[in-house]
Amino acid sequence: MRRVAVLGCSLATLLLTSLCEGAEPDPHPGRYLAANCTGCHGTQGRSTGAIPAIAGLDRTVIVEAMRAFRSGDRPATVMHQHAKAYSEAQIELLADYFAAQKPL
Amino acid sequence: MDQSRRELMQAIGGALVASALPRAVRAGAGGIPARVVVIGGGFAGATAAKYLRLWGGGIRVTLIEPNAEFVSCPMSNRVLVGRTSIADLTHGYGDLVVRHGVRVVRDTANDIDAGNRSVTLASGKTLGYDHLVVAPGLDLDYSAIPGLVLESARGDILHAWKVGEQIISLRRQLEAMPDGGVFAITIPKAPYRCPPGPYERACQVAWYLRERKPKSKVLILDANEKVASKEALFRKAWADLYPRIVEYVPNSELVDVDVATRTAKLQFDDVKADVLNVIPPMKAAALAARAGLITANDKWCGVDFLTYESTVRKNIHVLGDAILAAPLMPKSAHMANQQAKVCAAAIIALVSGETVNPAPIINNTCYSFVTATEAMHIASVHAYDADQKQMLPIPGSGGLSAAPSEAEGRYAEGWAQNIWSDTLG
Ligand code: HEC
Repeated sequence: MRRVAVLGCSLATLLLTSLCEGAEPDPHPGRYLAANCTGCHGTQGRSTGAIPAIAGLDRTVIVEAMRAFRSGDRPATVMHQHAKAYSEAQIELLADYFAAQKPL
Repeated sequence: MDQSRRELMQAIGGALVASALPRAVRAGAGGIPARVVVIGGGFAGATAAKYLRLWGGGIRVTLIEPNAEFVSCPMSNRVLVGRTSIADLTHGYGDLVVRHGVRVVRDTANDIDAGNRSVTLASGKTLGYDHLVVAPGLDLDYSAIPGLVLESARGDILHAWKVGEQIISLRRQLEAMPDGGVFAITIPKAPYRCPPGPYERACQVAWYLRERKPKSKVLILDANEKVASKEALFRKAWADLYPRIVEYVPNSELVDVDVATRTAKLQFDDVKADVLNVIPPMKAAALAARAGLITANDKWCGVDFLTYESTVRKNIHVLGDAILAAPLMPKSAHMANQQAKVCAAAIIALVSGETVNPAPIINNTCYSFVTATEAMHIASVHAYDADQKQMLPIPGSGGLSAAPSEAEGRYAEGWAQNIWSDTLG
């Protein structure tokens, strides 16, 4: 229930911002944002090497990992550099995308 | 994720794309699928071809590439320490054809007719397009090094900056070098392909010499006033790991080479080496100039960072090392792969009447090995700035490794594996 509320807010913001700017909302925001990650994590997050696969991870696991990388609570070699670039709403979109992908 | 949320997201996603998808398929004149021709099957071009098909519904994609196989520049310095081979760096174009339905044509694009929207190939064939993606890579520019202008005169002065045989030959030159010899590497003024690459190469050579020929020297002759990437980390690696081997000399622009004596001529000095590795200046490949795409310094192609469309030629998009990059946007494989996905998304939007994403985000990560097993990174994330029309680093994000590590050595190899498959697989 809580999550639906959060989603409602972020969607509202998204739609409102776009309406204010007179542009249509980007129809594939999750997919395009996720393309940032796939050079390292593999297309659709299906990594085959040392970097962890993220396809099909639970969305809360992804959201919490990204928040912890961002805050520094979770030590990382490189993810802190990337996680700090994304807002809460963008992290949710990323998590939705990767949670919905089939793992290898 | 709970069921209700997934359904909600699908419903929203479905509603937003429902009207767009069929249009993508029948875009182009009179319901014919849009045709995109991609010139160049490197990181930029191959990624664009793949993602145009993956995301673009029925868009017809033709990739023009003269080489039968893709050979990766990233990781190629590892040949010097025996940790990889050309075979490991080589990947086919088969998955693009079989899994993604890209038409791969082994040929060379000779000319572009922007008015008629067509490309002429070396074989004489002509291909029409609705959108053209030009990812031609770089040419090595020897024009300012008189002794090396003629390819036939270059003797054993290698660049090893485009992958293939030269990196193997460079390894052989190292093997043949006497203990106590000098390996000199010259670095051109930035921008050039892979900013940390020459310094990584110096580290790999130094590691090899430390193991096998410890009385030898690595002399880095850099035309730049300081190390162009990861400066503190490379300086520390040289001081801590190779104190008697590596010597770094900034402000050392190469003005000529005497091939017979392997002498690098600098403005005020001559340096004789046992192995002389000249990385020459670079510029966008010649095709870009023939197509009128060069806009900056006689070298680089200006683009609109929302679509990667040329600033001077409509419906022609330029990607990868050939573009005039935004500040802090390196000429790297990672960047090329990222740009290509933004470009693919934009072309799909353009041919299907959707709105082009007004706020793209891209990132870069370059790993460099300092020993045979330890690596370090530089990372940045860039967002489109509508006022400056540039991709600017997002404040607070990005940065450098605190120190090289074996963990990052393993991640660097994992990165290579995944970016090869994200580009070609
Ligand atoms: C430069 C390569 C790189 C990029 C780009 C990258 N990651 Fe990562 N990711 C890693 C590495 C390496 C790890 C392991 C943690 C570490 O050392 O940083 C990781 C770990 C993770 C984890 C934890 C996985 C687990 O099983 O614990 C998540 C979630 C994740 N990344 C999500 C993302 C998302 C989302 C993006 C895109 C915004 C992204 N990553 C971009 C390299 C990358």
